[in-house]
Amino acid sequence: MTEIVATNETILVVGGGISGMTAALEAAETGKQVVLVEKRPYLGGRTTQLYKYFPKLCFPTCGLEINQRRARMNPNLTLLTLAEVTRIDGTPGNYQATVRLHPRYVNENCTACGDCATVVNTEFADEFNYGLSQRKGAYLPYRMAQPQRYVIDPRIIGTPEAEQAKAACQYNAIDLDMTPQEITFPCGAIVWATGWQPYDAAKIQPYGYDRIANVVTSVEFERMADPNGPFGGQLVRPSDGKPAKKVAFIQCAGSRDRNHLLHCSRICCMASLKQATYVADAYQDAADIRIFYIDIRAIDRFEDFYNKVSAIPQVKFIKSKPASVTVDKDGNPIVNGVDTEGYHRYAEPFDLVVLAVGMEPAVPKDAFPVPIVVNRAGFIEAAPENGGVFAAGGASDALDVNRAVQHATGAALRAVQVVNRVRGVGV
Amino acid sequence: MGDLNQAMIEKYRTSFLKEVEANVEEGEWVKMCMQCGVCSGSCPLGKFWNHPPQEIFMMIRAGKREEVLTSDAMWMCTSCYNCVVRCPREVPITHIMHGLAHYAKRLGLTPKNQPTAEFAQRFWNNLLKKGRVNELKLGVSLYFMNGIGPGVKTAIKMAPVGIGMQRTQRMSAMELFGGHAIKDLKGFHAIMQKAQELEALRIAQYSVAPRPTA
Ligand SMILES: Cc1cc2nc3c(=O)[nH]c(=O)nc-3n(C[C@H](O)[C@H](O)[C@H](O)COP(=O)(O)OP(=O)(O)OC[C@H]3O[C@@H](n4cnc5c(N)ncnc54)[C@H](O)[C@@H]3O)c2cc1C
Ligand code: SF4
Ligand code: SF4
Repeated sequence: MTEIVATNETILVVGGGISGMTAALEAAETGKQVVLVEKRPYLGGRTTQLYKYFPKLCFPTCGLEINQRRARMNPNLTLLTLAEVTRIDGTPGNYQATVRLHPRYVNENCTACGDCATVVNTEFADEFNYGLSQRKGAYLPYRMAQPQRYVIDPRIIGTPEAEQAKAACQYNAIDLDMTPQEITFPCGAIVWATGWQPYDAAKIQPYGYDRIANVVTSVEFERMADPNGPFGGQLVRPSDGKPAKKVAFIQCAGSRDRNHLLHCSRICCMASLKQATYVADAYQDAADIRIFYIDIRAIDRFEDFYNKVSAIPQVKFIKSKPASVTVDKDGNPIVNGVDTEGYHRYAEPFDLVVLAVGMEPAVPKDAFPVPIVVNRAGFIEAAPENGGVFAAGGASDALDVNRAVQHATGAALRAVQVVNRVRGVGV
Repeated sequence: MGDLNQAMIEKYRTSFLKEVEANVEEGEWVKMCMQCGVCSGSCPLGKFWNHPPQEIFMMIRAGKREEVLTSDAMWMCTSCYNCVVRCPREVPITHIMHGLAHYAKRLGLTPKNQPTAEFAQRFWNNLLKKGRVNELKLGVSLYFMNGIGPGVKTAIKMAPVGIGMQRTQRMSAMELFGGHAIKDLKGFHAIMQKAQELEALRIAQYSVAPRPTA
């Protein structure tokens, strides 16, 4: 049984992406007790699945590593992975949280040696790569996963493979008798940092994501570009492995559209500008990159990045929201539309089409276990009615990492103020 | 008709957009267009037009009154609704196109020999007579729309279809002489008279003040 030592001065953080980690660490480093609840088997959320960060084009691994180390070193932080908050009762300064813990079937003895995986053959779609590759039923979710511990997929539990995995482990780390648990503990304030998810591209029917192999989403493209990703970092087409040199980026795929998401997702313009550099770097002069857009929203200081990418001769901008994507007999996706600067009709074949999908809240409007005020897009509002519950990062808006982290720090401060009131210090 | 055109030019001297909003069905939606281009690319007939819808909406805002109202664009719309289902702003594009066509006709600005306009007029006149469409008469009158020569050619080409329809009793050659009417023809004419009065009233109202937007 997992024991949580908590009081109503404890801060609960829900979601362990970059925002949740930041809020948890900022609060823990002021001396507060923090419980961090993460649904995945590891920390970091969606930033772990990015290849590079705009605007500096550095690797997310370095920022993640710093935060992982902060998390490991801090005695005030209790981390619960494979966990979900199912219920919250009470009032600010006096909440009771109920958390459901899913079994990992691997305990803290695990050294991540990987012996268990060598004897398991059953494979499943790798969620870390958005299903572009397979992983085994005993797996480390990704190279830098924190905690650095293997997971046994519940789908092999009860099969001989699970027993073989257990037998293969020299450290007695595999415990097949683990069961789901529910725990309840007090807390004074809550930071809600459950982040975002990509809009379901299949719903944008004319773009053919569900029909055309060489139409992919921007989140998949991040994985494709990563040397640790499904294609070893080679920018190739999913259908036949041919180089993807001529690439179309379609902006606002699902965003700013009354048939889909009403809001501008704010990140996707920058993401496509960044991804254009992946193609230009990979294929140099042979690269041919076209960005189809309504208008490019590189907000405030990101204008510099826009200028930098526009100066790359292989990158062209076409002011037009394409009407449809079709496919020719060789599997080449064809982008069809009319441009806005001259009303020229085009039907242009590409090696690959990347849909810059919108960001929507990961938790649907009515799925919060606590009353919370959300805006029409489902992002959490900074409303007094939310009491001692504060949104952080992507759960509050479509934010880039820099803004998400700033926002999370603010949320941590608000939570600290609530638990300080419980203690009787401050206002 | 020409006078109405002149009056409208005077009235909306400063803004063709306002004129469209006040006089064209669903015209108040034109300003919602964000010029993304999806409608133009989605139109199956787009490449045959002078101006795709996106361009028409921009021209309205740019005050290109003459060019818009005399364009053949809105007459080419087949009401497939492809643009309407895809428009990210939910602009009722098809309705606006028909609204523009209707308005251009009221002002007497329909392009000369515009086949869609011509067809619509013939269809209407045909229907008004007997309360139902006389397909034989409508068909024949369309064949001869562009003169005797082309008419005879088309009639010969279409003859097997006509004979087939006769044989299966889908059409009768007797329809050429008068043709049968609906039961209460007088009643029908009274209804149409009333409808036209109401429509005239509605148009008069439009032209005074813009309709409130939803
Ligand atoms: C294609 C693309 C490229 C991008 N590239 C960049 C870039 O280069 N630079 C940049 O600054 N930003 C980039 N972003 C934005 C960046 O991904 C976000 O800013 C960042 O992920 C926000 O972090 P977060 O912690 O708020 O949310 P998330 O990363 O979504 O983390 C939320 C965490 O909460 C967990 N969670 C969800 N629901 C629950 C629940 N019910 N219970 C418990 N846990 C839960 C999730 O498992 C996840 O770990 C990009 C976005 C896209 C779409
Ligand atoms: S950031 Fe760009 S691509 Fe994304 S919704 Fe906004 S305008 Fe469209
Ligand atoms: S699809 Fe809608 S918003 Fe886009 S150009 Fe056409 S009318 Fe305007």
